[in-house]
Amino acid sequence: MSALDQARSIVEPTPFSRRLAAVVILVYALVSSIPLAWIVATSFKTPSDAIAYPPKLVFTPSLEGYVNLFTARTRQTPEYLASLPPPETWYEELVRKRNMVITGPSRFAGRYANSLIIGFGSTFFAVFLGTLAAYAFSRFRIPLKEDLLFFILSTRMFPPIAVAIPVYLMYRQLGLTDTQLGMIILYTAVNLSLSVWLLKGFIDEIPKEYEEAAMVDGYSRLQAFRKVVLPQAAAGIAATAIFCLIFAWNEYAFALLLTSGLAQTAPPFIPNIIGEGGLDWPAVAAGTTLFLLPVMIFTIILRRHLLRGITFGALRR
Amino acid sequence: MTEIRLEGVTKRFADFRAVDALDLTIPDGSFFVLLGPSGCGKTTTLRIIAGLEMPTEGRVFLDGEDVTRLRAGKRDIAFVFQLFALYRHLNVRRNIAYPLRSRGVPRAEVRRRVEEVARMLRIEHLLDSRIGRLSGGDRQRVALARAVVRRPRAFLMDEPLGTLDAEFRELMCEELRGLHDRIGATTVYVTHDQIEAMRMADLIVVMNLGRIEQLGSPQELYHRPASTFVARFIGSPAMNLFPCEILEEGHVPVARLAGLPLAGLAAPPEVAEAILGIRPEHVRIDDSSAMRGEVVAVEYLGARQVVTLAGPFGVLKLRAPNTLRLAFGDRLGVAFDPAAVVWFDAGGRRLEAARSRERAGG
Repeated sequence: MSALDQARSIVEPTPFSRRLAAVVILVYALVSSIPLAWIVATSFKTPSDAIAYPPKLVFTPSLEGYVNLFTARTRQTPEYLASLPPPETWYEELVRKRNMVITGPSRFAGRYANSLIIGFGSTFFAVFLGTLAAYAFSRFRIPLKEDLLFFILSTRMFPPIAVAIPVYLMYRQLGLTDTQLGMIILYTAVNLSLSVWLLKGFIDEIPKEYEEAAMVDGYSRLQAFRKVVLPQAAAGIAATAIFCLIFAWNEYAFALLLTSGLAQTAPPFIPNIIGEGGLDWPAVAAGTTLFLLPVMIFTIILRRHLLRGITFGALRR
Repeated sequence: MTEIRLEGVTKRFADFRAVDALDLTIPDGSFFVLLGPSGCGKTTTLRIIAGLEMPTEGRVFLDGEDVTRLRAGKRDIAFVFQLFALYRHLNVRRNIAYPLRSRGVPRAEVRRRVEEVARMLRIEHLLDSRIGRLSGGDRQRVALARAVVRRPRAFLMDEPLGTLDAEFRELMCEELRGLHDRIGATTVYVTHDQIEAMRMADLIVVMNLGRIEQLGSPQELYHRPASTFVARFIGSPAMNLFPCEILEEGHVPVARLAGLPLAGLAAPPEVAEAILGIRPEHVRIDDSSAMRGEVVAVEYLGARQVVTLAGPFGVLKLRAPNTLRLAFGDRLGVAFDPAAVVWFDAGGRRLEAARSRERAGG
């Protein structure tokens, strides 16, 4: 065999390195999905199964966690329960077995709605304002442009919670504590620096000749922006939106500090779901499982764009 | 049909004057080239005409109508970019149709005009291809088609051949000029390549540091450069330039180059020094001449050869017949064709008096 037959491209991966890469990715995926699997499994356990030791891998699934998550219940005497008419629904039956009756819906649905409104609302504003600002920074001659960009970035140089006390005092003064508007403004402000910088990168990649050609062809700058720049920046916008949503959706510290009732989001609410004799673990797990869904769905919908966003530069010309 | 006029147009970027008090009239139907080195303001000027830049001062007129404040889309002009600016997500047909569709032209009309233009530019067979599959030249044709399809009042082109390879550039030069002659619309073309400019233009304006160095036909620019800047910029190889002393000998000014009197050349009067300009093809090999130099380089170009001589006068390039056999180190005598000599003052501007005298004499 000549040396030429053994020669290999250094760019093309060898079959061995491909397999190695696959194994590494598989192991990583498994490790990162264990907590998720655990949470999802726990949400379908009964309270006693959930705290059993050693942990039960095989168990009879129950929807008790979900029922407890969505309802408020009180314990009653067996005599009182016997005097009640038979339960009308499967979840009432489930609750009765524990010697309890449903007194009404829990506050979870409201907290979840708050999370949706605040998370998607602030993401929308952060991306909307960020796209316009990034476009302006990318295309116009702005006095002190570099300083302004650095100033915007500097808001990221400390953990946002470091300014918790000034924000709290300011919000109390303005009547923004425990309001959806207040939380949307706060998360938008925190995300804006990220979205301006990310989107500026994406928009810089789009040659300005495209929109100039459109402008010469009859569009105004705003029309050219909408019809030429936006479609080409779609991948970048999607990627930015995911990052913004994940931050706003998961934010815990400010939500704990600034909201307590009306505008409380799901993160500070879920860990405090109390059952009898402590935390109601299946209900906490059920809340967490439902809490994971929107970001998962959003990411899957935008996944195609996300991949394109990452490989954008390579495909352009 | 459109005449483009700039009046006192200045564009400042912070402290930098990209365009400096420019007055310019581009005649209707001409192929007009803005030529200059990078940073001379030619592209900024073009973008001001297009409405993509707002001048800091001055006004822009299209056919006498003041369009200074009118946005690009309302000026009814087409712009061809160096990077083509074709939409990659659309095929050729939709790219060409884009300017018409953005103006709400009816579908059937769009179709008819796109096909007509595609025929004119010989890209009919590519109409359904994707942009990514086209060669550079074909992309340029599509970009031109997109400009032509709208039948604009004027075409503005910003180094449209800059990214093509040399062979293709030559072909596209011919096609562009042919296209212009068929359509007859005013074309303003920006380039830094003097050969491209000479090949296509009716009129060329040479710009330097935001100002006009010279405006004229290719012939005028070549034979009567207004300044040493133009003399150096136009022509390949460039014009030879030699600083000379001018001495009065019996009331007749005589130029001395490196101490040697240049007899037989009409030198400019009333100046102590001047710069002599002579094109390489107007330098003759003359062994009786006292001006002698040593051959330091020979470029054989087929029909002609360019010979570089080094001597007391400095470095000189001349075009010699291709039959001449020359070797490095050969010593040659040279003489200048008196009718072809151009004189510049010490500041680099052409001396008009000398020129008129020469004319009277020749």
